[in-house]
Amino acid sequence: MLTFTRRRLAAVALVAATALLGTTGCGGGDDEAAADGPVTLTVDVFGQFGYADLYQEYMASHPGVKIVERGTGSNLDEYSPKLTQWLAAGKGAGDVVAIEEGLLVEYKANPQNFVNLLDHGAADLKGNFLDWKWNQGLTADGKQLIGLGTDVGGMAMCYRKDLFAKAGLPTDREAVSKLWPTWTDYVKVGEQFTAKKTGAAFLDAATNTFNTILLQTAGNTSGYSYYDTDNNLVVGSNPAVRQAYDTTMDIIDSGLSGKYGSWSEEWVSAFKQSKFATIACPAWMTGVIEGNAGPGAKGKWDIAQIPGDGGNWGGSFLAVPKQSKHQAEAIELAKFLTSAKGQIGAFKLKGPLPSSPQALADPAIVDSKNAYFSEAPVGKIFAEGAKNLKPVYMGPKNQAVRTEVENAVRTVELGKRSPQQGWTDAVSNAEKAAAK
Amino acid sequence: MAVQLDARPPVAPAPRHSRPVPGARLSRFDTKYSPYLYIAPFFLLFGVFGAYPLAYTFWVSLHDWDLLGAEHPFIGLDNYSQLLADPDFWHSVVNTLGIFVISTIPQLLAALWLANLLNRQLRARTTWRMAVLVPNVTSTAAVAIVFAVLFGRDFGMINWLLDHVGVSAIDWKANRFAAWTAISTMVDWRWTGYNALIFLAAMQAIPRDLYESASIDGAGRSRQFWSITVPLLKPTIIFAVIISTIGGLQLFTEPRMFNSGTNAIRGGPLRESQTVTMYMFENAFAPHYNFGYGSAIAWLLFALIAVVAAINVLLLRRLGGGAHKEVSR
Repeated sequence: MLTFTRRRLAAVALVAATALLGTTGCGGGDDEAAADGPVTLTVDVFGQFGYADLYQEYMASHPGVKIVERGTGSNLDEYSPKLTQWLAAGKGAGDVVAIEEGLLVEYKANPQNFVNLLDHGAADLKGNFLDWKWNQGLTADGKQLIGLGTDVGGMAMCYRKDLFAKAGLPTDREAVSKLWPTWTDYVKVGEQFTAKKTGAAFLDAATNTFNTILLQTAGNTSGYSYYDTDNNLVVGSNPAVRQAYDTTMDIIDSGLSGKYGSWSEEWVSAFKQSKFATIACPAWMTGVIEGNAGPGAKGKWDIAQIPGDGGNWGGSFLAVPKQSKHQAEAIELAKFLTSAKGQIGAFKLKGPLPSSPQALADPAIVDSKNAYFSEAPVGKIFAEGAKNLKPVYMGPKNQAVRTEVENAVRTVELGKRSPQQGWTDAVSNAEKAAAK
Repeated sequence: MAVQLDARPPVAPAPRHSRPVPGARLSRFDTKYSPYLYIAPFFLLFGVFGAYPLAYTFWVSLHDWDLLGAEHPFIGLDNYSQLLADPDFWHSVVNTLGIFVISTIPQLLAALWLANLLNRQLRARTTWRMAVLVPNVTSTAAVAIVFAVLFGRDFGMINWLLDHVGVSAIDWKANRFAAWTAISTMVDWRWTGYNALIFLAAMQAIPRDLYESASIDGAGRSRQFWSITVPLLKPTIIFAVIISTIGGLQLFTEPRMFNSGTNAIRGGPLRESQTVTMYMFENAFAPHYNFGYGSAIAWLLFALIAVVAAINVLLLRRLGGGAHKEVSR
């Protein structure tokens, strides 16, 4: 009887001990990083940064460093909440993280999450970046540098030569560029294209085109889009927004859009199935097109000038979160990847346009051609405009507001709202989002 | 119950010593406290992963809590009052309830019918019973992605089939009712077999002699099903309804994966298929990062589930309440 009880107690104790071991066991693994052993640096990116070759080179010259990249090819919408959660939790973020310019404003509002790169000799690097790109990485008071610039989003228009030929339009990139000096001309060409019934739409989605026109118009006029430089929401009053909206309505009205929700599965399929002929093309988009359309479409795409004048969409920064356990090594790597040499390497692999004036002037960029896009001289097309890019200021809730306005455009595109209703929705929903 | 546990054989009283036996106190401790130790792991785990997050979520919901912000000022019930006046929240509630109703009702009826079939003498019975569970074993995300492609507007197979019978293409993602239907299909595909097996297990516990006497009285198959099987299954049906309610009102993966592309968390340009959990995610994480507001949504969802579950139970009690009493154990 006594032994029975004892055995039971022993069993209870054993279960309890196992449970304890189980719960404490989890804590062990993390802090093992030996001071002098090999250091593993994690780099978090989205889309295509084109760093694969650079990692190899860096690891070869730094035998103690191993680099792991996460998130390649992922959508920015999937990436940014994850990064924010990691920062909020104080754990989980990579040692080097990529931040897109539209989201940078939100991270800049809470700079305590990031290493101040100015404390680590970054000030000497100022000359390696376009002025405005450098300034975007600084906090409002200019005392902390959150990120070093990677790329800028100089714009062009990518088009399908085969579909243009089918519609009886010129296919040569010089001639195509001459077709559309303005967006009004672009709509006219689109109407000609649509009249020929090739089975493809003229463009992919009105939302992408809207954003392109907005950033271009804003860059050329006020210098800001949804927020003015004092961070007042000006969706309803900024003429640039209204002008971009109206031009987009013309595009929708003429039935030019394939209505593929940008970045959706259908959008990706539409690339593969050659369902649209043109797409607004910031430099980084060339990598996306190549990935979506696949090797089968090689040589069918080409690149022409963007209608209107210039403009910048997107571009990113590399930052080092404070939670990184290998800050010094991570800063070193971020400096390497954002150096002129690093930017040239990335451009060669996946096409993001450098933000370094030295890189932009480098023959490796200026003379470069993109084999996938019918040997288009991408260096010339993008790099020439890049030095004169006019940045657009982005306010605190830029991403949330942009989402609302683009959604309003989308409802009109899908025929669920009239252009007038869409505009009312855009303004009121943007105000609601900004207040959240 | 407690008496049975004490299975010690009766023994002759041991010769009494002046000192108590050292084991006796231990034994008393054992009978008194070890049951608590046995059930403790559940309550510990529930405390850590259930009660604490619940309480903490409530605490967060009382603050203006920017996910990245360094400071979180206390604002009392402001998040709740704002939420109750938020049309987008109520829109998501309607979506959730709509999807819940058009998925759960056919699903439970189909499960009942399937279970009834599986309860008959079939060849390779076990194989059939296993087969209905297969959809449940697949990954939800994979199912959702496949269905999202099937329900594509331009390249989807469903529209292709509809085209063959002369129905013009449906934009499944941009039409509210179509989106609900598509998502319900996913849910049903996955859960019907699971509920069928639960019903089947309960059906097998129904005594055969009830059916025998019914057939002697001349009751046919369907009469037997509605007058014996269904009333006796009622506790199981209640269980299945409550579990489906909890699952249905927390629906996230299917609608989230059904929508792809920019800001899929909205569930379509006019929030056609945005469920409450998606709305919670949209506010707590991208693009708003308003953790306090998101937490308030989570708590209202909790309340909503409790209300709907209570309504379910009341409704089911009403339906054929008499039969329940006759067989209550």
